Amino acid sequence: MIRVILPPHLRALARVNGEVVLEVEGRVTLRSALDALEASYPMLRGTIRDHVTQQRRPFLRFFACSEDLSLEAPDFPLPAAVVAGDEPLLLVGAIAGGEPTAQKQKRRDSRRAAKIAS
Amino acid sequence: MSKVRVLVGTRKGAFLLSSDGKRDKWDVSGPHFAGWEMYHIKGSPADPNRLYASQTSGWFGQVIQRSDDGGKTWFQPGTPPGEPTTGPGGMPKGESNKFVYDTSAETGKPLTTHQFYDGTQHPWEFKRVWHLEPSHSDPDTVFAGVEDAALFRSADGGVSWHELAGLRGHGTGPKWQPGAGGMCLHTIIQDAKNPNRIYIAISAAGAFRTDDGGKTWRPINRGLRSQYIPDPEAEVGHCVHHVALHPSRPDVLFMQKHWDVMRSDNAGDSWHEVSGNLPSDFGFVIDVHAHEPETIYVVPIKSDGEHFVPDGKLRVYRSRSGGNEWEPLTKGLPQRDCYVNVLRDAMAVDSLDSCGVYFGTSGGQVYASSDAGDSWNPIVRDLPAVLSVEVQTLP
Repeated sequence: MIRVILPPHLRALARVNGEVVLEVEGRVTLRSALDALEASYPMLRGTIRDHVTQQRRPFLRFFACSEDLSLEAPDFPLPAAVVAGDEPLLLVGAIAGGEPTAQKQKRRDSRRAAKIAS
Repeated sequence: MSKVRVLVGTRKGAFLLSSDGKRDKWDVSGPHFAGWEMYHIKGSPADPNRLYASQTSGWFGQVIQRSDDGGKTWFQPGTPPGEPTTGPGGMPKGESNKFVYDTSAETGKPLTTHQFYDGTQHPWEFKRVWHLEPSHSDPDTVFAGVEDAALFRSADGGVSWHELAGLRGHGTGPKWQPGAGGMCLHTIIQDAKNPNRIYIAISAAGAFRTDDGGKTWRPINRGLRSQYIPDPEAEVGHCVHHVALHPSRPDVLFMQKHWDVMRSDNAGDSWHEVSGNLPSDFGFVIDVHAHEPETIYVVPIKSDGEHFVPDGKLRVYRSRSGGNEWEPLTKGLPQRDCYVNVLRDAMAVDSLDSCGVYFGTSGGQVYASSDAGDSWNPIVRDLPAVLSVEVQTLP
């Protein structure tokens, strides 16, 4: 089982709230992970990869384990931690400009909580 | 009492505005698909609860949405929530956002090139759906005008799409070129009396007509004059912004070209200018009164360099003589410090006895007139920039 985190607009299309958990058959690569994602959520076809060329949409990026995998070949094997389900594969809409307010607040809160605890 | 439902597409979502026949109190529903560009939403004349919407994004591409309950709930055709997504053979039931140019030997045309901004040739690439035009008679049949310019048709309620490739494959294709907004097919008009006749318009190629249900097409641009293209009276290459007709007279067409308001009395075979006394004949929208085929509306825009209304005044102009003689309609519209634009698909008319006229602006206002334009009121003032306005007259 692998974990995939979608950008908010694709979560809305797929009608899911949190991360997505997928069973991937065989070798776990970018291609097989996205194939499994689209098989479970066919409404996402064409929104991540072009229908015809299967190329990644230019403003979408793939990250895992703090590595940018966007420019890797489709059959690039995903890191072991992703295959084991310890780390998620992140699909990120490429936007420069910072962190959403809710996320920022969450980070501040956890920092404050850690400070109080220490 | 009759009701009206106004379907508004904006840069950041869709909004549905509903009222009874008096059209003085409005319910606002939305944003639907918040954050997405909603290029166009239109209802089926054969089933008013059937709505189609074009949802697009620079990040995630094209999505088609459909509602079967008048906009209360939406789904992507072929993939409704909770239903199996594959058929008995394991094949996907549908891919409602799959717009692939038809290059098959049997039904398609080779993927040729068109002229690009720099004058070089550029291959056709699908970008988005600008306009959805449901069939007059069948709720499951709908046409889509797309960028790069082509016409698609779905006969299964938007589940799958097939290109009417005779248009893109027209021999003049290499002379078509993108306007500032892209090379879009933005206008689709079905002749209510003759199902084999369809008019379309492309920016910047011009207007085309089919008389055989979409198999073959001919450019209908004779009489258009565009000063800054190499041949000002070329067969194609004109930046047509919008075309409208009255259903009772499908041979009489009105056009807002980039510059010039034009009229044809012979189904587009020839055009003549009817800009008359307009303060500017640049603009995007044009529409026809629901009951008076010679009453037409435009919103003059200052110029192609300054996409806002002239003199800081938002004025709809009405001609009751099919053009040439125009009167400004200003009651209820801002007459100072106003610098909005009104885009090509952002005007519509209802068919109540006293014809309602609606338009939306780049400033997020949607204005309504329940007296054929004599006076106006804003339904909403602060939406995201409006891309399209359609209206349904409901029993």
